[in-house]
Amino acid sequence: MAQPKTIIDKIWENHIVHQEKGKPDLLYIDLHLIHEVTSPQAFEGLRMKDRKVRRPDLTFATMDHNVPTRNRHVIKDQVSKKQMHTLKENCEEFGVPLADIDHPDQGIVHVIGPELGLTHPGKTIVCGDSHTSTHGAFGALAFGIGTSEVEHVLSTQTLGQAPPKTLQVKVEGKLGTGVTAKDLILAVIAKYGVRFGTGYVIEYTGETIREMSMEQRMTVCNMSIEAGARAGLISPDETTIDYLRGKRHVPEGEAFEEAADHWRSLATDPGAAYDATVTIDASKVEPQVTWGTNPSMCVPVGGSVPNPDDKEKDYEKDEIQRALQYMGLEADQPMTSVTIDHVFIGSCTNSRLSDLRKAAEIVRGKKVHEQVTALVVPGSKTVKEAAEKEGLDVIFTTAGFEWRDAGCSMCLAMNDDIIPSGERCASTSNRNFEGRQGNGARTHLVSPEMAAAAAVEGHFVDVRAFSKNSQFADKEV
Amino acid sequence: MEPIRVHTGLVYPMNRANVDTDQIIPKQFLKRIERQGFGQFLFYHWRFDDDGNRRSDFSLNEEKYNNATILVAGENFGCGSSREHAPWAIQDYGFKVVIAPSFADIFYNNSVKNGILPVKLGSEETQEILRKAEQESLKLTVDLENQLVCDEENLEFRFDIAEYHKEMLLNGWDEIAVTLTHADKITAFEKNHAY
Repeated sequence: MAQPKTIIDKIWENHIVHQEKGKPDLLYIDLHLIHEVTSPQAFEGLRMKDRKVRRPDLTFATMDHNVPTRNRHVIKDQVSKKQMHTLKENCEEFGVPLADIDHPDQGIVHVIGPELGLTHPGKTIVCGDSHTSTHGAFGALAFGIGTSEVEHVLSTQTLGQAPPKTLQVKVEGKLGTGVTAKDLILAVIAKYGVRFGTGYVIEYTGETIREMSMEQRMTVCNMSIEAGARAGLISPDETTIDYLRGKRHVPEGEAFEEAADHWRSLATDPGAAYDATVTIDASKVEPQVTWGTNPSMCVPVGGSVPNPDDKEKDYEKDEIQRALQYMGLEADQPMTSVTIDHVFIGSCTNSRLSDLRKAAEIVRGKKVHEQVTALVVPGSKTVKEAAEKEGLDVIFTTAGFEWRDAGCSMCLAMNDDIIPSGERCASTSNRNFEGRQGNGARTHLVSPEMAAAAAVEGHFVDVRAFSKNSQFADKEV
Repeated sequence: MEPIRVHTGLVYPMNRANVDTDQIIPKQFLKRIERQGFGQFLFYHWRFDDDGNRRSDFSLNEEKYNNATILVAGENFGCGSSREHAPWAIQDYGFKVVIAPSFADIFYNNSVKNGILPVKLGSEETQEILRKAEQESLKLTVDLENQLVCDEENLEFRFDIAEYHKEMLLNGWDEIAVTLTHADKITAFEKNHAY
């Protein structure tokens, strides 16, 4: 019998264009996603060498990082405006399809790829964006690349890659009520750190992952890069196939069934070997909140800010001390005592319809705390429209949230959704680095449910106890 | 891209782990459409206060490091975003070599593609360099051909680098031109796979 293989091995083998000893394998790239921030210098590189885009039909562009989420067409920052305009010009010149700011398909690149059915199991997918790992939820090998690599893919539709090591993150057990995919991936990073995935591609396996919806799987794969792994994926199954059926860029009828059979065959074979495996018990995971300045600086919401004196090594003490100073927190402070000024529900991690539904369930009939400014930024125009059809926008705005247009927004504050210095945000995004949401801004990463509950209470609160403890719980609006 | 073979220069020690690309080049500077001119924004919020004045508590601002060309840092340097603006800023500021015990994968690739030499040393070795450089002005010679880092006394550390990355850096190759020598294979692949 043939040696059992992982999905990673299978996709890799299916895409080798050229192999040479001592050199990276040259892989064919099935889908190249583009946005305005990391592409202008790549297109300029093509022009300088008189090169073309080899496969505009396998390339797809959108605008997400810079776009305003209100007053859509008032882009005050002329440099942002120029960058967006440059993408439009480049796409026209090189024949690349573009969902620009006015296009009904516009949205965060990692939200619209799956939504449009561009993301398929077994594809190699790249984008000049580290959260490209999101597409791994479909069993695609998807990873972020730099601008030089963007230029390389535009020109050749290939990329030189050394074969990665494989890391299995096996998740067993049931996530508790109020505990989400976001809490799971934060707990994994809290346990193993921000570099345990470096040099690896992660495959998430186990019954917990199997029971997740596609949107939950995307949240998990999205944050693979926060564990250091360029790519994280999940073998396709019936959940994957059901999600894709009927999507725009997916085959129809009999051709779909054929494709589905092929996708099923890509799943990791029983008994396939990984270079490393870690196992997580999902039933032990609690709602998480980050306290520091990288995603591994994270504790359960019932926990406290760590004390540098509890650490043995000087560099560990220094790292915690520096983070506490930046975050304006005291050692041993309970997380539920931390008050917040802002709530951001959005980003490629948590801005899909199911995320918005969960957050809306929490805030329905309640009011955003008077100290808190809260906004919801749907991941795409399609998500926004679907949410409005269900009346989620009304639930949010009645509670006092702002309901915005689609984009990356406050995840990295490249548009004008910026948190002022010294202010604190409960955010459903993926990075709590210094200055990420604005110079001097303090970010706490949480799930949409936890963010929604914090918006109402004005401080972090265990969402599992939220409805019965909330002073607003029974007050109808 | 400029080839790099042997580089001798002054060390700037940055004894921090997990230096992320948001610190190396904050997002407000990613809006430019050029490749050049990012050096002035390197570590922007560590170097400058809210009014744009140099901060006295960040050592890169000290005069003695004005001509530093070798950046030495802790584990997982360059983690976070894929922005190539990070190596562009490091290079434009004047650094030619970055030494750390480990690098984030995307940052490492981006560096090599811009002719910056990322040198992976052991944790203890890196700490030794950091200690020395924090005590006194330290010059290192980084010899890519022989994969050695040496000072003017008896420090000598060997480093590993993938053969292909080494060749690229030594020759300053245009990687796209190299790949296009396999254009027939790309075409054949597309034909065989109904692309």
